[in-house]
Amino acid sequence: MDITKDPIEPDRLRDELIDDRAGAYVGFEGWIRNHNEGQDVLRLEYEVYVPLALSEGDKVIAEAKKKFPLLHAECVHRSGSLEIGECAVWVGVTSAHRDEAFAACRYIIDQVKVRLPIWKKEHYVDGHSGWVNCERCAEHGQLHPEAVSP
Amino acid sequence: MSKSITVRYFAGFREHAGTDQETVSVAASTAGDVFAALKHRHGSTEPLGHCKVAINDEMAEWDSAVNDGDTVLLFPPVAGG
Repeated sequence: MDITKDPIEPDRLRDELIDDRAGAYVGFEGWIRNHNEGQDVLRLEYEVYVPLALSEGDKVIAEAKKKFPLLHAECVHRSGSLEIGECAVWVGVTSAHRDEAFAACRYIIDQVKVRLPIWKKEHYVDGHSGWVNCERCAEHGQLHPEAVSP
Repeated sequence: MSKSITVRYFAGFREHAGTDQETVSVAASTAGDVFAALKHRHGSTEPLGHCKVAINDEMAEWDSAVNDGDTVLLFPPVAGG
């Protein structure tokens, strides 16, 4: 598992997985799209808690390797500010045959999305912004007057 | 009995609290107790099951015990990918 502030280069990452034993490579690229739930998206920011994103991502990859007979499995996720069309996440899997490569790639991206401490703030064309999946989280930037004892 | 807990806030929780970290004195047995006691800080009405928690940089459960001096990390619903 890797977290990077730099653009993801899927072709270069794919080439690192080349292996004569592999009959199948499955890659997944998650891209930033220009709309979400009816709103026009301008750009977005990923906040990542890196220590646990790395350790939890490594666990997901280890699980995939245990569940499926893989040769290689890797995942890279971006942090920071991304523009429309950029690659936000890449998963690459190789195996002797295609079935396990498809299944493992799907397993990894699905688990990464629900388990890693990564948050996505969308900035919309109309000027407002919001944290995805967090409809009932706090009002953004609001500082409550109450204070806890230090 | 109150425990000294360092709480770290992320994403929307951090924005609501106006800080990414604070040490508080709180009467709490579990991570869930910490979340409930600090509702006015993180501001969340999300169901607890939508959020996640870590203790001392290890993923934990809401019923995990907290001890004096622990660091509790409160994670809003995640949205990677």
